[in-house]
Amino acid sequence: MIKTNPIEVDRDKGNFHYNTDYEFDAGIGLSEDVVRYISDVKKEDSWVKDFRLKALNTFEKKKLPTHWATKDLENIDFDIIRYYLSKGQMPSRTWEEVPDDVKRTFERLGIPEQERKFLAGVEAQFDSEAAYSRMKDDLSEKGVIFVGSTEGLKEHPEIFKKWFGKVIPTSDNKFSALNSAVFSGGSFIYVPPGVKLEQPLQAYFRINAENFGQFERTLIIADEGAEITYMEGCTAPKFETSTLHSAVVELVALKGAKIQYVTVQNWSNNVFNLVTKRAMAHEESEVRWIDCNIGSRLTMKYPGVILRGRKARGEVLSIALANDGQHQDTGAKMVHAADETTSNVIAKSVSIGEGRSTYRGLVQMPGHLKHCKNNTECDALLINSDSQTDTYPAITVQGEDHSVQHEASVSKVSAEQIFYMQQRGLSEADAMSMCVNGFVNDLIREFPMEYSVELKRLIDLEMEGSVG
Amino acid sequence: MSTLKVHNLSVNIEDKTILNEFSLEVPAGEVHAIMGPNGSGKSTLSKALAAHPSYDVLGGTAELDGCNLIGMEPDEISRAGLFLAFQYPIEVPGVTIANFIRAAIQARMEDSKSFKAVDYYKELYQKMDDLGIDRKFTSRSLNDGFSGGEKKRCEILQMAMLDPKFCILDETDSGLDIDALRVVSAGVNSMRSAERGFLVITHYQRLLDYIVPDKVHVMWEGKIVRSGDKELATELESKGYDWIKEELAA
Repeated sequence: MIKTNPIEVDRDKGNFHYNTDYEFDAGIGLSEDVVRYISDVKKEDSWVKDFRLKALNTFEKKKLPTHWATKDLENIDFDIIRYYLSKGQMPSRTWEEVPDDVKRTFERLGIPEQERKFLAGVEAQFDSEAAYSRMKDDLSEKGVIFVGSTEGLKEHPEIFKKWFGKVIPTSDNKFSALNSAVFSGGSFIYVPPGVKLEQPLQAYFRINAENFGQFERTLIIADEGAEITYMEGCTAPKFETSTLHSAVVELVALKGAKIQYVTVQNWSNNVFNLVTKRAMAHEESEVRWIDCNIGSRLTMKYPGVILRGRKARGEVLSIALANDGQHQDTGAKMVHAADETTSNVIAKSVSIGEGRSTYRGLVQMPGHLKHCKNNTECDALLINSDSQTDTYPAITVQGEDHSVQHEASVSKVSAEQIFYMQQRGLSEADAMSMCVNGFVNDLIREFPMEYSVELKRLIDLEMEGSVG
Repeated sequence: MSTLKVHNLSVNIEDKTILNEFSLEVPAGEVHAIMGPNGSGKSTLSKALAAHPSYDVLGGTAELDGCNLIGMEPDEISRAGLFLAFQYPIEVPGVTIANFIRAAIQARMEDSKSFKAVDYYKELYQKMDDLGIDRKFTSRSLNDGFSGGEKKRCEILQMAMLDPKFCILDETDSGLDIDALRVVSAGVNSMRSAERGFLVITHYQRLLDYIVPDKVHVMWEGKIVRSGDKELATELESKGYDWIKEELAA
């Protein structure tokens, strides 16, 4: 870790941009016409178009949540954003068929290698639509569905419609409403009863165009006893103006199912990343969000689990790194809605330079339930004296026999620690990196191996130039 | 051959002068002990030589093999060959002993050389066995939750692994029981060689029964006020420091 080897994966990895001609372009700004255009291009059924138009109306009515969230949200100019850009609606099934400019982008990001190495399936989204989507043949034979949302709506409307918008209603918040109006891309996954995926499925989200808004919509359904791990990665080039990424992700774990959802986000510093993620966990099912937020200008994301079946289990493991000019506003929501449900939240944040990290937690345990458990730990590490962290845990527990545990800590890397490590020969920056890696290490171990290696490198790079 | 030559070193902490034109020479191959009452400047000397940021060097030089350490960064001084075993080793949560020592070794390796993990662990385990440190400690966080004795053993382990040219032991005997003192001293003695120098800072003569010094210096108000052989330590032990203060006052 200490010798700075030539690094292949880094924060600048995504900072490149090839000029691309788009066949479909909804133009600049948001209106009913834009929403109709998107729906027409996708040749959607009328119920989807109506759903979108209703959502647009909700979006326009809802205020920005600046009464509790940062005023920086007011700097998003919805009138200059481009809401839909694509080269076509149907993704290629082989790399050869992917258009050259798009292929170049994903090859540079290492997507085809990763697929060969350790994945059961890959979807690569370029701006609004999936450019490539493929899954191992034996999984389709077992009835597993892994396609983009556009294709999912067309090919599997009966499953899609049953669950779509049921975990996160359009009106949940202003950005879920915006997503519901203009959503495009994202993954649609269905795992049939008892099917257990041994390798992860992965989606890669790439913003390529300037002033573009990416609004993917992901819906994952694990039927009874099914198991799946899904991973997503994201990058964008560094443009002069800001970019909006506002996804909605809904997970449904039916009886005894297990879903693990892993995010490694490495946005450039001008991305507003405002994402709504929530899962519905039925009886004896297990949902685990593993979430790592690096980069972006502002991230607001609080993955949640609604524990609606007896003995359901929800977990959020979250790492956030806030560097200069960044605000990571992250957390978790655990809504206990059945007896004997358990939830666990472990959140670690690192604030570097003038970076700011915020933890917001919500835990609800109503009085009519029995034997629910929650454990929450949130730890913040401050690197510099300008670094900032704040914590807002909201835990509502009613009734007699629940068990709730909450721990929070704030620590600063001390000058004595750095001196001690330097006395053994490590440079100040390397000492700092080791402290930060040490702080997040137990959580990083929970990540799939391929990701944990990349993550450690990303953290080292974030630490560069952060001292002195 | 590594000689430590300190000349007229003056050091302030928060505008208070602690070391006042301090001079000392420890030739390669020798072990020198510095004794003295609390507040005489012993620990300041060790911290200042290691370039702790809270200590301001006002003047003077400290040469290791002719290279002036004053003005260098703490990590540069370490890589130049000076090792300081801390009086109070710092806890670093999350950073394991094995990873930390490995990083410290890699920090002093030439780029062309590749690190051999198998050899590294062989050597690490051997030295842990010698110092009576359980091998499970490799995956424990550095000094985190260690007892006083465990911390001191871990300091000597790092010293042995990093193979420094010159070692300063700052009150390594404090907080050690007699068995730990023996083991730690044996570890230090096994590193004595014609090339390596040691500066042993202690309050008590007891340590010097195990690590027998070539010379003993007494420090008082930021200066060396008396030097002698190991008998001086025995004399101090029986008479205390007051007789030196009285002699100086006279």
